[in-house]
Amino acid sequence: MIEIDIQKSFKNQNERINFNFKTSIEQGSLSALFGKSGSGKTTLLRLLSGLETPDCGQISVAGKIWFDSNKKINLSPQKRDVGFVFQDYALFPNMSVIENLRFAQNEKNEDFLEEILEIVELKEFKNKMPASLSGGQKQRTALARAVARKPKLLLLDEALSALDNTMRKNLQDNIEKIHKRFNMTTLMISHDIAEVYKLASKVIMIDNGAILKEGNPDILFESSKISGKFKFSAKILKIQKADTIYIVTLLIGDNLTKVVATQSEIEKMNIGDVVLVASKAFNPIIIT
Amino acid sequence: MFFETMLLTFKLAITTTIILFIIGVPIALWISTTKLKIKPIIETIVSMPLVLPPTVIGFYLLIFLGPNSAIGGFVETYFDTRLVLSYEGILIGSVIFSFPFMIHPLQSGLQSLPKSLVEASYTLGKSKFQTLLHVQLPNIRSSLLTGLVLTFAHTVGEFGVVLMIGGNIPGQTRVASLAIYDEVEGLNYDVANQYALTLFAISFFVLLIVYSVNKKYSGVLR
Repeated sequence: MIEIDIQKSFKNQNERINFNFKTSIEQGSLSALFGKSGSGKTTLLRLLSGLETPDCGQISVAGKIWFDSNKKINLSPQKRDVGFVFQDYALFPNMSVIENLRFAQNEKNEDFLEEILEIVELKEFKNKMPASLSGGQKQRTALARAVARKPKLLLLDEALSALDNTMRKNLQDNIEKIHKRFNMTTLMISHDIAEVYKLASKVIMIDNGAILKEGNPDILFESSKISGKFKFSAKILKIQKADTIYIVTLLIGDNLTKVVATQSEIEKMNIGDVVLVASKAFNPIIIT
Repeated sequence: MFFETMLLTFKLAITTTIILFIIGVPIALWISTTKLKIKPIIETIVSMPLVLPPTVIGFYLLIFLGPNSAIGGFVETYFDTRLVLSYEGILIGSVIFSFPFMIHPLQSGLQSLPKSLVEASYTLGKSKFQTLLHVQLPNIRSSLLTGLVLTFAHTVGEFGVVLMIGGNIPGQTRVASLAIYDEVEGLNYDVANQYALTLFAISFFVLLIVYSVNKKYSGVLR
């Protein structure tokens, strides 16, 4: 179990922002931090990794105290045993892919490195320098490096935000595989509902420096009382009027679909919104 | 005489560069990361040798390191070394006078590195020293080279400080730049030209190496 109960206040240019996080995360789970930019997601990861120090509170991971303001315990980032994937990758430019990974290990274990490289499909690139890698390859190297020391807690800071759809899917698969294989407790920041649904067993919604709500990914939708048999997150691409009804064009994954909506339903929709598409009481046909 | 003077000149320049590198890296690291309010004061002190006439620095060093001063007297009593009109004296003067030439490139190099590189190294369990050695210094190679070479070249070319604190003692404190002045005074233009041409050639090739190598490094790291 990872127990977090911390406060921190920052002084911005003209205002004071107070962060207040209290939650617990199950060992071996993959949780997603979801929220607007500037809501404090990255700050939470930095507080957990020891790169920032909370004003007060406690952090304990698997029974070990990482931070406790009452007992004056504050482990340095070096002693916390985290893997941190930075938004800008932060690969060391003077080291090749494999050297980046080796640098991360306290005890040398080449077999383990080979296994990780296999999972993130970077075997043939292991002797390349970071400057010669593509964005997706850099990102996978950063993920592999964070995993290389077998951390107790893996933190992914908007790991997928800079990637296009195909590379994103690829990295999602890598994250899933790594999580399944090594069972590392993982906390990832994501803006993408589909991604959260696919990877996470728990969502922590953050707004304005505090946890708004948390639970299984269904909470992303306010009114998700529907027990639909088929449920997808979709993005509204187009709303067209057709006689008295409206046709809404939706993007689900890589597929386009059209759904009928009424005038009153349309009023709550905007192009670009991410919504939940659900259907129940129908018989899907499976074509093989 | 010529070789003795040249040897002294390079001994001084190399020793100054080594000393400044050893004390310059921690100071540049401190300046580049500190959030203390006294940072501008420290930066000003580091930059002072750039704007002060060398004679001003030489004059104060003469006052504060002389045998009758507290520091000079202490060193002379307990270490049996005189800090003025001696090699040790011009070494201290050179270190102080070339200070900004080592600190500035190192500082700007360290500041230009993304903060996340250092943070990544910390989260990977590496200490500050390991991070400096394996992450920071190797990634500011061109700044390192610039600092080393500028310090070296600047020490070879200095005149005022060495003259003030070292006098002009052959074999002890007479470096090439002083020798040129001496020989011209004595109307020995040939010997003066020998020194001048040597300094000219060395400076040219040293700077040429810096610019060529820097171009290569920037190609690797960008």
